[in-house]
Amino acid sequence: MISNHGDLRERIRGALANQRARTVTLLSSLLAIEDELGYIPPQAIEEVARFTHSTINDVWGVASFYPNFRFTPPGEHVVEVCWGPTCHLLGAQRLLHAVLGALALSGEGDTPDGRVSLKYNTCLGACSQGPVVSIDHQVLGPQAVGALSGEALVERITEMVAELEDGSV
Amino acid sequence: MATFEELLQEAQRRHHELESGERPWIRVGTAVCGEAAGALPVVEAFRAELERRGIAANVSAVGCLGLCYAEPLVDILKPGRPRIFYKSLTPEQVPGLVESYLAGDNPRPDLALAYTGDGHVEGIPRLEELPMWSRQVRIALRNCGHIDPLDIHQYIARGGYAALCKALSVMKPEDVQKEVQTSGLRGRGGAAFPTGTKWSFLSRSPGPVKYILANCEEGDPGAYNDKGILESDPHTLVEGVILAGYATGASNGVVFIRHGHEGPIHRTEQAIQQAYGLGLLGENILGSSFSFHMEVSLTGESYVAGEETALMESIEGKRAMPRYRPPFPAAVGVWGHPSNINNVKTLSYVPEIISRGGEWFAGIGSESSKGTAILCLSGNISRPGMVEVPMGTSLREIIYEAAGGAPGGRSLKFLQTGGPLGGLLHADQVDIALDFESMARAGAILGSGGIIAADEDACAVDMTRLLVAFCQYESCGKCFPCRLGMTHLLEVLERMCRFESRPGDMEVMRHIGQDMAAGSLCGHGQLGWNPVQSALRQFSQEFAAHMEEKRCPTGRCLGPIFTPQRTRARWVSAQPVEMKV
Repeated sequence: MISNHGDLRERIRGALANQRARTVTLLSSLLAIEDELGYIPPQAIEEVARFTHSTINDVWGVASFYPNFRFTPPGEHVVEVCWGPTCHLLGAQRLLHAVLGALALSGEGDTPDGRVSLKYNTCLGACSQGPVVSIDHQVLGPQAVGALSGEALVERITEMVAELEDGSV
Repeated sequence: MATFEELLQEAQRRHHELESGERPWIRVGTAVCGEAAGALPVVEAFRAELERRGIAANVSAVGCLGLCYAEPLVDILKPGRPRIFYKSLTPEQVPGLVESYLAGDNPRPDLALAYTGDGHVEGIPRLEELPMWSRQVRIALRNCGHIDPLDIHQYIARGGYAALCKALSVMKPEDVQKEVQTSGLRGRGGAAFPTGTKWSFLSRSPGPVKYILANCEEGDPGAYNDKGILESDPHTLVEGVILAGYATGASNGVVFIRHGHEGPIHRTEQAIQQAYGLGLLGENILGSSFSFHMEVSLTGESYVAGEETALMESIEGKRAMPRYRPPFPAAVGVWGHPSNINNVKTLSYVPEIISRGGEWFAGIGSESSKGTAILCLSGNISRPGMVEVPMGTSLREIIYEAAGGAPGGRSLKFLQTGGPLGGLLHADQVDIALDFESMARAGAILGSGGIIAADEDACAVDMTRLLVAFCQYESCGKCFPCRLGMTHLLEVLERMCRFESRPGDMEVMRHIGQDMAAGSLCGHGQLGWNPVQSALRQFSQEFAAHMEEKRCPTGRCLGPIFTPQRTRARWVSAQPVEMKV
């Protein structure tokens, strides 16, 4: 948790000054902050506006357009479940249902203790390995968790997510 | 700066060392499909076991061979032996394999998938005889899974940048363009527009600043071939973009990728940097008068960002919303400069077309669709993966023989092709040739090459609802026929899946579909009716069962599905603002 607001601004300015994009834009600046902090705090909107000579309205317009940006700190762990058509056919909805149950959530969002953020992903790009989930940006299919399928797969993924939530990981 | 001859010699020396040296060469597929199957722990297990035993070997993280069903796929090339591929390896199996085949000389046929190269290994089939491999003609994918994508020398050693050297030394820009025109290459992003003709628009536009944009947004669920190429062989694309730049007199290239797909992003960034390092990018490339610069541009999550004008908005750092046309990109493109947008696959063919000639490429494929189709097979299928087959190959051959049909002896019900805006093909329709025209006649599109197979348990209405949920979620919101139309379509379909259809729902859907097609600015809204229309055509009885008999014949539509909702956060200022009244 970042308590010192001065530090936060420093980190934002650092991310802006050292971004990977060769051509710096408003969007590249926001992505650089997301990479650094995992979210876009209000201070970042102001800093990006200053840095790119834009208005707060312009920055906010772009930031609120792309759903990868979030505006509150993410949970300690990020779980993404793919809901694309391939994973859908291979049982993604059952997986989602079980993961929601394990986290006691009714949809995308963060657990109240801030340990896990759950996100539905439209396609994680590993369709041949579906159904896939991503835990802390590591994409995992059935083979990676022990060549499981059906109920056993749902149980294993649920178990992994529950371990994140109860802090044993 | 070294000449190309010198670069080639150095690359070949290094590659010879890897391929025919004293040490075994171990290659592990680490594209996202490999990673999702658990390849990274396998790489670690190899490194650890080799070190523990003191065996000197080269371990490379390569890209995707396309045999994704066998991931994590590892191959071992031992001096004097053919190259042997091992399938679905787990970290626990690695010490045993190292002990038997690297410390000893037992090739472990029980773990192997295939072998290739000179010689023979008892008990293991040849790679070229695998049903998934035997039909392939690999042009754009020629290096995928064979080379380390982070090593430019391996690309050069296998013929890379020879086309660029040839173009710059003996061809005029119009010759390069003519060669692409002769090849009959058509865009692989979905629209199938002739590439040579598209380039001619840009070459007629005034410079000096002109852009070649390589589109790897690839938001289509079920398609990962663009990312696959960038993860496995990014230099093919880099060389293709430089050649396109030379042919059209462009000055800059941009590779456009979605943020978060770190594999393709990192490997493309590295490839560009290495090309600069060897004088293949930058000022006076290979000593010629041609200069060209290239960079990667990242977009946020947005499906519509893959649309060519929305892509330019996104590169400029704005919301990815399509622009009005005219002016067309060739006249006014990114940052106001003339621009040409091609898909990654399209550009990845160009180096081979220039090396071998347009006639050669035109000799592959069918009458109207030249070259190959790069397909991603996924869903209820025995052997999911990425294949490159000549255009015109029968769809049946690919689905049933190469990919093995549905697993577990089940029967296939439909194929979803061309991305969410594509269509459903009934399993009875598989006897068509795989090319742009035949697919369109059958009511589907080839699109960017994703084919999702669904077996008898799948419900066409449920799938349609999911596709429309995707399209609704991804509508950029700029024009209302799409923004409201998708929402309304989804509502009607959700009612259908709850067995609460109202009289006239079908009429309502048709009206919305027509209005979206007529009134939307870009393909997202214009084609948004496609998935519903093609499903209705193929599976009208299933729709009728949901609407009139209030039941789902497959029993799949039993509850709500979880899909993300678009919510817009509200701005909260960091500091309270004092109002001066």
